[in-house]
Amino acid sequence: MPERSLLAFLPEEAVRVGVSAEDWRGAVRAAGERLVASGATTDAYTDEMISTVEDLGPYIVIVPGLALAHSRPAPSVLRTGLSWVGLSSPVEFGHAANDPVRLVVGLAATDHDGHTGALSQLARMLSDAKRLEALMTAPDAGSVRQIIADYERANP
Amino acid sequence: MMKILAVCGMGIGTSVILKMNAEKAAQQLGLDADVEVADISSARGAATTADLVLTSAELAAELGDIPTPVVVVNNFVDSDEISAKLSAAVDSNG
Repeated sequence: MPERSLLAFLPEEAVRVGVSAEDWRGAVRAAGERLVASGATTDAYTDEMISTVEDLGPYIVIVPGLALAHSRPAPSVLRTGLSWVGLSSPVEFGHAANDPVRLVVGLAATDHDGHTGALSQLARMLSDAKRLEALMTAPDAGSVRQIIADYERANP
Repeated sequence: MMKILAVCGMGIGTSVILKMNAEKAAQQLGLDADVEVADISSARGAATTADLVLTSAELAAELGDIPTPVVVVNNFVDSDEISAKLSAAVDSNG
């Protein structure tokens, strides 16, 4: 059965807030660095996430203020994982409706299925505008993980 | 049974989230719908057998001119937006 817990895919070292990024590339790179730090990917995956936006545009900004940075399953993905980077100042991705971005969630997947439970859980968690705001303004990584833990406990 | 295609760039991230919320929206509207996902490289082919395509504005432009009606979604976790747009598309396409 695929793992559904968000926190299982989002270890402490994958979460940072108050990160400064000069532009969208810097923001995606920061999310990539967290995936590398948690052992989910190699540096090559960070470049692949940037290429995705260069090739297909800023469609990864799927919620106002939030980008889901990702590429496709590749050798640069060591295991399925998520990362979380809250930005100290918002950056423009060039998205017509959802700019500027304050939060980048990085996603690395080894295949097309193993992460879908956790991703659905993420989508459900983010669909509450109040909770999304709390997550975006959380003062530190521990608070982010605490909000997620509370959500998961209430919505198993 | 209506067939809805959720299109994203890579087929692993945004389309998974879109599919989940599209299913929820279809259920709210009482639509008998099946939601499938496709990445942008296979979407043009997959769209020929779908009744409706859901995607972002950027990827809608990338899809170009296809015979299937395309619904552009801005906020992928806002089920109100998705169900309003789904409902309007179903009304206008019979």
